[in-house]
Amino acid sequence: MDALSSFFAMGGYGGYVWPSYGLAVVVMVAVLVSSIRSAKARERELDLLQQMRPSRARRRATQETKAS
Amino acid sequence: MHRFANPARFMRIAALVYPWAVGVTILTLGAGLWLGLVGSPADYQQGESVRIMYIHVPSAWMGLFCYVSMAVCSAMALVWKHPLADLMARATAPVGAAFTFICLVTGALWGKPMWGAWWVWDARLTSMLILLFLYLGYMALADAFDDPQRGQKAAAILALVGVVNVPIIKYSVDWWNTLHQPASVVKMGGPSIDKTMLIPLMLMAVGFHAYWVVVLILRTRSEIAAAKVRTLRMAQVHAAGQAE
Repeated sequence: MDALSSFFAMGGYGGYVWPSYGLAVVVMVAVLVSSIRSAKARERELDLLQQMRPSRARRRATQETKAS
Repeated sequence: MHRFANPARFMRIAALVYPWAVGVTILTLGAGLWLGLVGSPADYQQGESVRIMYIHVPSAWMGLFCYVSMAVCSAMALVWKHPLADLMARATAPVGAAFTFICLVTGALWGKPMWGAWWVWDARLTSMLILLFLYLGYMALADAFDDPQRGQKAAAILALVGVVNVPIIKYSVDWWNTLHQPASVVKMGGPSIDKTMLIPLMLMAVGFHAYWVVVLILRTRSEIAAAKVRTLRMAQVHAAGQAE
């Protein structure tokens, strides 16, 4: 237990060392999570749009009926 | 659609690289944290506070590395109109800003016990702060226009102009008197920085680069999807207009 508390004390610099590591972890995780979320959300949106889109064959068919 | 010059190849390569980049990030950061926090000795002058170095120094490198990659991508986008280059520049900016921010705050947390000041307006610190503002300006400008291409172009020009700042940061410790230790201390690699400190430092640096690859792939995928969505929506509006 003593070894652990001296580890967290960091020779009196604990108040500077741990916030440094904590900040790095928080910022890096935040950037990573937001990147994963936005990639997923936008790829889902794209999938939906592509599904909604009529297939090429059908579009050509409607164009032909319009032309005739 | 054709303007988004074949992102299919990017997607293929990204899918191959992604799991490796995730693995390297986890392994090197895990090992680097363990060696940095537990396995390395305290500094004979700075005591345990030297452990801030394992975050601060690689973050500073990443701040510069991301900026240079962003500027190279911006140049490619401006000169060759390569659309993927624009998207990758956009994808890198938040990572560079995040690391520059981490570098500045950990620098303050290291400066307080070692110099007695959270912040001094010397050349190294000020030029690093300007780097953060360049990132923020780039991101704001890229999103400031209704037409994303115009925003991209303006932001790319800002990124290129801002490159002047990179050598200023690098050599600020040689050109001006400063509290910040000179590069000789950072690369005291050879004789004076011990292997026990150099190895965790390098592991953290490799880990941060691998993390950058992971985030770059995710954000570029996201940008590609967004660009395709925009094109599809425009085609829909166009088709609706024609049908009427």
